[in-house]
Formats: sequence, C-alpha cells, structure tokens
Amino acid sequence: MNVPSHLKYTKSHEWVHAESDGTITVGITEHAQDLLGDLVFIDLPEIGKELAAEQEAAVVESVKAAADVYAPVAGTVTEVNEELADAPELVNQNAYASWLFKMKPGNCGDLDALLDAAAYISISAE
Amino acid sequence: MTQKTVLNDAHRRLGAKMVDFGGWDMPLHYGSQIEEHHAVRRDCGMFDVSHMCAVDVSGPDAKAFLLRLIANNVDKLTLPGKALYSAMLNEAGGVVDDLIVYYVCDGQYRIVINAGTAEKDLAWMAARLADWQREAPYAVAIMPRRSGENALAIIAVQGPNARARVWQVLPETRAASEALKPFFSVTVGDYFVATTGYTGEDGFEITLPASHAEKLWQALFAAGVRPIGLGARDTLRLEAGMNLYGQDMDETVSPLDAGLAWTIDLVAQRDFVGKAALLARPQQKQFLGLVLLDKGVLRAHQKVATAQGAGEITSGTYSPTLQQSIALARLPLGVAIGDTVTVEIRDKLLSARVVKPCFVRHGKSLA
Repeated sequence: MNVPSHLKYTKSHEWVHAESDGTITVGITEHAQDLLGDLVFIDLPEIGKELAAEQEAAVVESVKAAADVYAPVAGTVTEVNEELADAPELVNQNAYASWLFKMKPGNCGDLDALLDAAAYISISAE
Repeated sequence: MTQKTVLNDAHRRLGAKMVDFGGWDMPLHYGSQIEEHHAVRRDCGMFDVSHMCAVDVSGPDAKAFLLRLIANNVDKLTLPGKALYSAMLNEAGGVVDDLIVYYVCDGQYRIVINAGTAEKDLAWMAARLADWQREAPYAVAIMPRRSGENALAIIAVQGPNARARVWQVLPETRAASEALKPFFSVTVGDYFVATTGYTGEDGFEITLPASHAEKLWQALFAAGVRPIGLGARDTLRLEAGMNLYGQDMDETVSPLDAGLAWTIDLVAQRDFVGKAALLARPQQKQFLGLVLLDKGVLRAHQKVATAQGAGEITSGTYSPTLQQSIALARLPLGVAIGDTVTVEIRDKLLSARVVKPCFVRHGKSLA
C-alpha cells in the first residue's frame, strides 16, 4: 500500500499535508481511490465555507458509487483544485499529487489528532 | 457462502477485483472499468456470465408449459434457434424474473435466468408445473444446468470484432454462426452459440460444458479478447437501455411500468400467469431515459420532478461513451421525450433531458 510517511491521515481515507503557511492540503488516499475505481465526478466545496471536523466537505463519484470526503479538522476552505472538475481521473492516476481542497484550521493543535502513516496502514488493512 | 463459477481462478490470476454479486464471487473489473467499457464498444471483450443459470425445458408439453408460464408468446418461436426476451410474472403481475427463451427444436427449449434469482425462479417453475399437472397431464422436464455433472458455463464475447475473434478461436463454429441474425442461436458440437447479449454490440454468447470453459477463456485471451468485469457490464447495458432485474423491475413492479410492454403479449387469446392482473391495471408510469445536463452522476432512487408529477431513477451511472451521466427512470404518463426535468442530487437540483431509453447502439451515441 502506497502511504507516504510525510503526510497525515484520517480513518475516513483522507490525506492531509500541513503547509508552512499554516493551511492544510487535503486529498483522498491511494487506497480510497482504489476502493472507488475510476472517478468520473468531483463536487468541490465553496471557498470560504466553514466546516466542522468530520463534516462532509466534498463528494467523489466513481462509475460505481459516490463517497463523501470529510474535513479532517474544523476550519475554513481557502482554495479548491478546479483542475479536478474537468479531470477527476487525475486522482486515480496520482492520489497524493491530486489535492481536492485547502483549509485554514481553526485550531492548529487539532492536527495532532490525525493518524500517521503507520496508524493509517494498520486501520485500512483491517 | 459465496458461490464461484468455473472461471473464478482465471479471474483471480488476471488480477480481478472480486465482489459479491447476488451470492456469487465475480470480477468487478480487471484494472479499469472505463477502459473495459471502451474496449467492448471499440474492439471486443469477454464476460464470464456462468453465474447466470441455463435451464433446459423439454418434453412433449414443454411449449404448452411455457405458453402459460411466460408473458411473451413462445408461439412466436417458429424457427429453430430463435430467441425471445421476456419475463415470468406472478399472479399480481409483478416480475419474478426477466429471461431469454431459446427454441432449440420441437420439445426442447433453453431458458437463461438471472444469477441471484435462479433458486427462486426454479422453485416458481416447479410449483407452477405441479399446479398445472393436477389439472391435466404435462409431460415436461425442467433441468437446471448451473452445477453438477452436466454443468454449463456461459462466456459472452461482445463488440464489433467479437465474431472475428470467436471464429479465430473456434473455426468450427463459423459456418453455422456466420448467417445468424440477431437473437438466434445454433448448436455446434459442444457449443451453443447465440447472437444475444447485454451490451448493445454485435457478438455471441457461448454456452458450453463447464469443463471446457477455462480452455476457451484462455484461447480467447490469447487471441486478444480483453476480459470485462461486471462494472463495465452494467455501464454497457445501461447505455444500451437494457433493464437490470432487482433494480429496474422486481416482483412489486408491473412490466408495463418498467419498459417491458414490448415483451408482454396481451393480444393472443392464451392465458398466462399475471395476465389478468396486467389487464386490470394498465400502465401507470413511463420508463424513459435521462441525460444529465449539469455536472454530477445520476443514481438509482434519486427523485425526479416533472411538470406532470414525481418520478424516480431506477438505474443511473456515468456513461463512458457519452461522457455524461445517464439514467433509466420511471416517470409520470404525459412526460414527453425532449422535456427538461429536475433531479435532486444531495442538496442540489440539477437539470436532465428526457430521451428514449436507449443511449448507445453499435458504438454510436443515440442521445
């Protein structure tokens, strides 16, 4: 399973990258895209939207099913990856390079509660 | 416990992602569902459909039995090999299953029923036969061929190049199958070759002894025929506007409301199970196609708002050929082809255009 060690994870299969400017970048893991299969549509959040931790932020749809993408922590959406609106398959091709949205966390300490790579591997191997 | 077809190991060796489908462990895809879909539209692909159940119905009264059991009229089967799509109904007019009947020769029919409904269907057929045998003698034998000594496997090869690849691998079937029109079948040695399918493309469904299936599968693979999983099977059938049992119709749905009126013969004098119920309760809904005009994906059970009232999507997906979302839906009478309707997806109201429930045929978009 490809789970880069420099990222943080959630049990709902999001990856989180903490940026130097205090924002976080969020995508779905390679394991998540593999479970879904070919993605055909991504519904991104609105910039400026305030989200609670674990609130639905985006929707990724494959030919097979729709899946919610959750806010890893509470915060405000600052940017979305518009490129994915026309090319959702980029997430299948490279899940860790194809981010969905960026957030400004309400409390940067919340990031400490996220999973590291080893913990994510152990829960997603179950 | 999930059941396995004789090709289960072959699927696993090809790296298939396996899923439970109606109690059967089947390949969902072998890598990319969308690429498999395009392969069938542009070249050809093969499907293991051995989870479906072939049932041989034979005997001097086989025809009389089927005339009463099935909603379409097997009297229409006058030429040997001819196939007929139809349904078995219950007394209330609900669909027990949809099926294909092949007329092999006098006193010999083959019916292919769905995987997940096979046990129920066989019990239904046996019970009807027993009922009717109490009124009059019916000399009929019903023999399911999915397991045991005489087990059959079914491999569907579909796509514009399907025939050529099959003839390359099974040259002995060429002479007999070359002239077959759509919806016919012919027996060549161990192979029962039919021009039926579930994709809207040309091709064959080949029924053969289960013991020969692996060899044919490998030979077709070596000839360049790509294996196709159930994922692409669903998007292909939806583009072709073909119903899926359990989704587009079931025991609670009248075939007249599920786009199956064309497979029901209410004209002939003969009586069949469910006929009285259909005559008493005419069509209430129309079964039509939707093409989503906005971005998103239509899915089963989404609500449709029309000027004539509410409807519901029964099957929806993303169409790889049209590159937009399509659906089959039950809509109020009075909705017309070309109307724009509204579909509620999560908290959004999106626009869709009403079309005939057939989106792609022979690789060409009709929508």
